[in-house]
Amino acid sequence: MRSFLISIATIIGFLALGVSAYSDGTATLRQGAPILTEPDAPKMNKVENKDVKRVRNYPEQPPTIPHKVRSYEISTNANKCLSCHARTRTGESQAPMVSVTHYMDRDNQVLATVSPRRYFCNQCHVTQVDAPPLVENEFIDVENIIKAE
Amino acid sequence: MLTPFKKLWGMACWIWSHGNRPAKHLSIGFLTIGGFVAGVMFWGGFNTTLELTNTEEFCVSCHEMGDNVFVELKPTIHYSNRSGVRASCPDCHVPHNWTDKIARKMQASKEVWGKLFGTINTREKFLAERRRLAGHEWDRLKANNSLECRNCHSTTSMDITAQSTRAATAHQTYLFTGEKTCIDCHKGIAHELPDMTGVEGWK
Repeated sequence: MRSFLISIATIIGFLALGVSAYSDGTATLRQGAPILTEPDAPKMNKVENKDVKRVRNYPEQPPTIPHKVRSYEISTNANKCLSCHARTRTGESQAPMVSVTHYMDRDNQVLATVSPRRYFCNQCHVTQVDAPPLVENEFIDVENIIKAE
Repeated sequence: MLTPFKKLWGMACWIWSHGNRPAKHLSIGFLTIGGFVAGVMFWGGFNTTLELTNTEEFCVSCHEMGDNVFVELKPTIHYSNRSGVRASCPDCHVPHNWTDKIARKMQASKEVWGKLFGTINTREKFLAERRRLAGHEWDRLKANNSLECRNCHSTTSMDITAQSTRAATAHQTYLFTGEKTCIDCHKGIAHELPDMTGVEGWK
């Protein structure tokens, strides 16, 4: 009996939480649309293809991809990114070489090829779209912090 | 034991002896016009059948094509794009020029053999053979200077100012100079790739 009451109370609690989250204007993917209507899908933005590098917000930031990568295969069979960005390919492609840190294992021992843990490029490197930010960005560049002091 | 062979031989002799003599009852007009009509019908039938085997519906009617390469084609730009112009299987895989087409169709008899004996009738078998099969297509396109790409993508109509900088540079440096052909860089644009170890230009 007691456990039954506890579970009922828990369910009511979650429901109340859900209702309050919905009514206090929390941004959801459904944009507050009633459950039986299908809201319009958000507009899809075009991927930037300018080949112009973006500034990194901090030195360790993985550089963003300044071009389209549609259908670029990264699998156990092939890595399309490396066919331009691998050390041996940069002469022909004139693309920036994959950073030297990618040619090291986790103990900083140098390797001949890209380390397996760095193989999946788009885990860190992503394309950019020219879209208004979804949430306000409060990031301040470290240079600006130093200047302010 | 020899009777069916003797019978057949007898028939062949009869046909030859009759075909070898001038027509006794048929006029030359009938033979000429009849021959012409029969020729038109044969040629028409031949070409119709040829074109029937040159459609995407025909290709994907085999599950080997429908379940593997065709599914992979669908998300790529050669199937789905902003203008709705698309390439179907024969656009890239069968030469458009007649003699080359017939040569390729004759080669394809090997593929009928493969179908009959189930060389790639499971996904696993297909993946195991994929490097070899893809290699055939790369070799063919390399040998004919990517002719099937160029049926649509002509260098004279290619406006490199409308391309991204890196694409323009690459095309100017390698394509327009004839140093490389389309397939050298654009492998795996319409289908997934096999294990690319050892393929030139891949890491």
